[in-house]
Amino acid sequence: MCFQQKMIHSLFLINCSGDIFLEKHWKSVVSQSVCDYFFEAQEKAIDVENVPPVISTPHHYLISIYRDKIFFVSVIQTEVPPLFVIEFLHRVADTFQDYFGECSETAIKDNVVIVYELLEEMLDNGFPLATESNILKELIKPPTILRSVVNSITGSSNVGDTLPTGQLSNIPWRRAGVKYTNNEAYFDVIEEIDAIIDKSGSTVFAEIQGVIDSCIKLSGMPDLSLSFMNPRLLDDVSFHPCIRFKRWESERVLSFIPPDGNFRLISYRVSSQNLVAIPVYVKHMISFKENTSSGRFDVTIGPKQNMGKTVEGVVMTVHMPKAVLNMNLTATQGSYTFDPVTKVLTWDVGKITPQKLPNLKGIVNLQSGAPKPEENPSLNIQFKIQQLAISGLKVNRLDMYGEKYKPFKGVKYITKAGKFQVRT
Amino acid sequence: MRRGPCCWLETTMTDSKYFTTTKKGEIFELKAELNSDKKEKKKEAVKKVIASMTVGKDVSALFPDVVNCMQTDNLELKKLVYLYLMNYAKSQPDMAIMAVNTFVKDCEDPNPLIRALAVRTMGCIRVDKITEYLCEPLRKCLKDEDPYVRKTAAVCVAKLHDINAQLVEDQGFLDTLKDLISDSNPMVVANAVAALSEIAESHPSSNLLDLNPQSINKLLTALNECTEWGQIFILDCLANYMPKDDREAQSICERVTPRLSHANSAVVLSAVKVLMKFMEMLSKDLDYYGTLLKKLAPPLVTLLSAEPELQYVALRNINLIVQKRPEILKHEMKVFFVKYNDPIYVKLEKLDIMIRLASQANIAQVLAELKEYATEVDVDFVRKAVRAIGRCAIKVEQSAERCVSTLLDLIQTKVNYVVQEAIVVIKDIFRKYPNKYESVIATLCENLDSLDEPEARAAMIWIVGEYAERIDNADELLESFLEGFHDESTQVQLQLLTAIVKLFLKKPTETQELVQQVLSLATQDSDNPDLRDRGYIYWRLLSTDPVAAKEVVLAEKPLISEETDLIEPTLLDELICYIGTLASVYHKPPSAFVEGSRGVTHKSLLPRTGSNESVESPDTAPSGGPAADQPSVIPTQGDLLGDLLNLDLGPPVSGPPMATAPVQMGAVDLLGGGLDILMGGTGGSFTPAPNTAAPTNVGAPLGTGLGDLFDLTGGVGTLSGSYVAPKTVWLPAMKAKGLEISGTFSRQVGSISMDLVLTNKALQVMSDFAIQFNRNSFGLAPAAPLQVHAPLAPNQSVEISLPLNTVGSVMKMDPLNNLQVAVKNNIDVFYFSTLYPLHILFVEDGKMERQMFLATWKDIPNENETQFQIKDCSLNADAVSSKLQGSNIFTVAKRNVEGQDMLYQSLKLTNGIWVLAELRIQPSNPNLTLSLKCRAPEVSQYIYQAYETILKN
Repeated sequence: MCFQQKMIHSLFLINCSGDIFLEKHWKSVVSQSVCDYFFEAQEKAIDVENVPPVISTPHHYLISIYRDKIFFVSVIQTEVPPLFVIEFLHRVADTFQDYFGECSETAIKDNVVIVYELLEEMLDNGFPLATESNILKELIKPPTILRSVVNSITGSSNVGDTLPTGQLSNIPWRRAGVKYTNNEAYFDVIEEIDAIIDKSGSTVFAEIQGVIDSCIKLSGMPDLSLSFMNPRLLDDVSFHPCIRFKRWESERVLSFIPPDGNFRLISYRVSSQNLVAIPVYVKHMISFKENTSSGRFDVTIGPKQNMGKTVEGVVMTVHMPKAVLNMNLTATQGSYTFDPVTKVLTWDVGKITPQKLPNLKGIVNLQSGAPKPEENPSLNIQFKIQQLAISGLKVNRLDMYGEKYKPFKGVKYITKAGKFQVRT
Repeated sequence: MRRGPCCWLETTMTDSKYFTTTKKGEIFELKAELNSDKKEKKKEAVKKVIASMTVGKDVSALFPDVVNCMQTDNLELKKLVYLYLMNYAKSQPDMAIMAVNTFVKDCEDPNPLIRALAVRTMGCIRVDKITEYLCEPLRKCLKDEDPYVRKTAAVCVAKLHDINAQLVEDQGFLDTLKDLISDSNPMVVANAVAALSEIAESHPSSNLLDLNPQSINKLLTALNECTEWGQIFILDCLANYMPKDDREAQSICERVTPRLSHANSAVVLSAVKVLMKFMEMLSKDLDYYGTLLKKLAPPLVTLLSAEPELQYVALRNINLIVQKRPEILKHEMKVFFVKYNDPIYVKLEKLDIMIRLASQANIAQVLAELKEYATEVDVDFVRKAVRAIGRCAIKVEQSAERCVSTLLDLIQTKVNYVVQEAIVVIKDIFRKYPNKYESVIATLCENLDSLDEPEARAAMIWIVGEYAERIDNADELLESFLEGFHDESTQVQLQLLTAIVKLFLKKPTETQELVQQVLSLATQDSDNPDLRDRGYIYWRLLSTDPVAAKEVVLAEKPLISEETDLIEPTLLDELICYIGTLASVYHKPPSAFVEGSRGVTHKSLLPRTGSNESVESPDTAPSGGPAADQPSVIPTQGDLLGDLLNLDLGPPVSGPPMATAPVQMGAVDLLGGGLDILMGGTGGSFTPAPNTAAPTNVGAPLGTGLGDLFDLTGGVGTLSGSYVAPKTVWLPAMKAKGLEISGTFSRQVGSISMDLVLTNKALQVMSDFAIQFNRNSFGLAPAAPLQVHAPLAPNQSVEISLPLNTVGSVMKMDPLNNLQVAVKNNIDVFYFSTLYPLHILFVEDGKMERQMFLATWKDIPNENETQFQIKDCSLNADAVSSKLQGSNIFTVAKRNVEGQDMLYQSLKLTNGIWVLAELRIQPSNPNLTLSLKCRAPEVSQYIYQAYETILKN
């Protein structure tokens, strides 16, 4: 008999200390020892983030993701699209997050039966079955304090005993018979700026990664149309399956029957250099002196193209070179910490007020005798700007068809730093 | 970004309590609980069982007890039992079959969830017997009113097919499955496609997904209807279709393009695969072709903003895509710029793609980035960045100067690994732009001492050799490397050999000694066949025709190709068909690595076919792929000529090797002549025996000039020598097509020879004799070719004394004195092995000083001492002593202790090993006792054999 082991064979969840704390097999049981190859790679990579996602072993392939301090290691045996597996693993992690509020070892162990039910429901024979949160939640109810208590008193169960209604319709992402007393539709336009700024302050690379996250609590089967003031900004977009692609192609309108609850409607990318404003600038002077085992550190952050809004939640992190022993700095604003083990300097700046620019300055002590560090540390900046989509994207209007009631509608904009790096 | 309530976990009512009972007797306890009357207790027990299962504990022993809980109307309990069953059904099929009646019953349950669970679990039980029970429920479930049941049943068909393919076909399940492709529910469609493609893949001959325009249309419609996972299956399935003309290809592309905007990256990449493949059929003049190219860029770039694991897979695929169609991403260089906190595996891939996209337009930016990377922390990344600068120089000529100066800046940092990488790439730059940047050589030479990696050392040596005429102290530099010649890696040794030969040809007067030194190091003291071969080739070239040598060694080298490590075009085309798969991550076709990949067929890109042209039209027929206009990546490897011309290591040579044809022809002649000389003029082509990599080993003694290299003296002294055993037959005629060889070994005044008698017992004349030895324990090798002056007529014999030396390559044999020989004649090559007596290796100066003997005897540990009995030897001490001396076993001292004679003897082997012996002779006892002490005790046994042989003859 010839086993055709297709798709995902097994899944192991491994924590950072290398304990396998959960395993699930969709086909025959694969021994835990297969994970030894993973541990080997992990050891070689030193840093957990650097473990290669695809590892080949004599008889299997291990495809893994690292999320929330957990490695999701899947075992496959034949030619399988790795992205398929990786996407699926992320979906599993999303589902845990969604069900338990966090995707952690404790949460998973505390809900191990639900986890097992979820995994069985998400994959059959290695094929993904139901990965939509809406459907899963109808098949397997998420735990709540109330339900656990009630269950233990009444002996009722947390397994849905009816079928998810969405299964019957052509819109698998929405269940039928949704009812709310307050009908609301919220859209969060969230933009993250990824940028690399070089020593001299000019932009090497910048782009905006935007998403529109929605929270829709509307009764019945609402059919929504969302239009923008400037839809031409969106030329590189990924859509939730609910969006009618043809309408977008012809009219540049997002037309869809939404899933119930929270979901990501679209994600988009704006890369045209002149459209990406850089809201902060950094003045820096980091130098190490030969033979004195010390160096100087002087960094100032200021606002740049911030469209008149306040830049807040500013945090700067710097991976200092290995030779750095400690740092004696003074911050004119906020507080700083330096971790001598990881060599990470974190400066929590807070809000930038243009009148008094935040500055962090002082002495860097190096290990005595160590050679002057060759590399210059990059500064990693985080910030937030409320009420602004830095690309200028603006929602024009939201129309609802198919239902009679008047929903409450809201749009919120926020801009954040993504991978925003300043080289020194 | 999912927002959910975060406070669920404060409860104490969690499943972690199920883990707490881990003492012995647990199974027993669980058993009791499972059989409890209380429903609640049962449920808790099953949960405990499942909790144990999740951490890999074997709870299969509870199978019957868990199955007993199955008959319940409590849905949760039932589901839990099914969870358990699904886990063990595959490994415990015989037990699972016990539950089959319940399964069948549950397939009729009013609750569709239960129907689905039952059919799903049944499919997991891999026993033939299950099939008879499964068929009817499955048939019903495939037509179930509920889509949840139908989609589960669809997958079940694939499972059943795996158990019993014939049955599935006979029962008509495949047709039902095909019908499900047009189901109204997207999940059913998705699973039907998944099941069909799995079945099709495991049975390539089944014609299951015989794709025709109608079925393609059905799939394309389903593509819009089904879930994201199903879309991936459909797209992968479409990619195997061969459109009949460009119009059909275009119309499929049009319908696939919207998938590029999907949020699921696997859908996007599968769509890219279909488009990349079908684009091959579209004419480049078509407007649509251009539109499509433009549409491909944004989704690929978007993949790079996803999680790092996704980025990695995307980057591996983009690497293929930019090699195939660089125009797609030529304006997107910046998205590949490396962020310092990217994982290392992403960084390295990005760097690779940056180089592939580098062009005159963006080179300034790229170089600035690379320079930045070269100061990062991660060593692997820094190395690759430095290397990338060199690749830029080679790829974009206009930037070469800038690259070289950047590299020089980096060398100034004196960071060891940066310097070494820089030197390696500068060598390549020299090969691409000869006579342009040699001004930097001085700077390079300053760093000679810091190079400790073979590749960097080899590169530096190459540079010194290549530009020897411009480096005043080139000979000193090269000589300094020569000191530790044997500790160098092969790469460095080869390079050093070539460099010194180049130097010699450029400055012959001052470097004669150096070249002799390196040639003898390479040919005599090395056991690396490549090194020896190259050494001999140079040696012969130099000794026969220095002018020709100059022409060959200093020939103008072909410039290295524009871009290194491109994937070979045919492989690239194949890999494009595997975009998104593991093959694309490993850049190898699946057949090369997927275990048990059944029915993997080689895929290739489609030929372009116009809809308005007839297929038979000659100009469209075999256009196959773009292979013809691609530069050939590497010339033949491993053949002698290729080897000769490729003496310089380095990146692949661009252009076909025929470009240097005249030189090549010269090489052939030279080589032929050389071989003739080597073979002693017996003519003909000598085929080396397969188990010896080197040609016959002509070991010229150290220090002889080049001139008398081949002046072989077969000087046969006739002084009394070592004992010579009578000849025995080594190779019977039966085994060698009529050639019989008998022989023995002898040692006379320091020279060893193999005395052979060749007898022709065949009916045809034999000629063209040659001989070769395999590597052996003491490096025995013929010191001259096998000289058979006239052809050997039938029934004729010839006696030959073949001089041997011991400078051949050494390999420990078992037994130690085993010698494997290959003899060739005009008929064939024959092999035999023989044992040689060790005393032919006892050298003439094997007498040790007494003091020395005493000291050495004490010095050698006692565990190295071995004792032997030589029986039935009635010789007295003096006779023994003189007999042994004839074979170079010397008596150092003689003592008489309590009436017995003690002889203390020494001997030395050709490889310098000393053996010390104590021989006890008792007048009344014909048995002698021999004690041997040697630092290499493994020879003792053979020494003893030699003693026996000598004394008894």
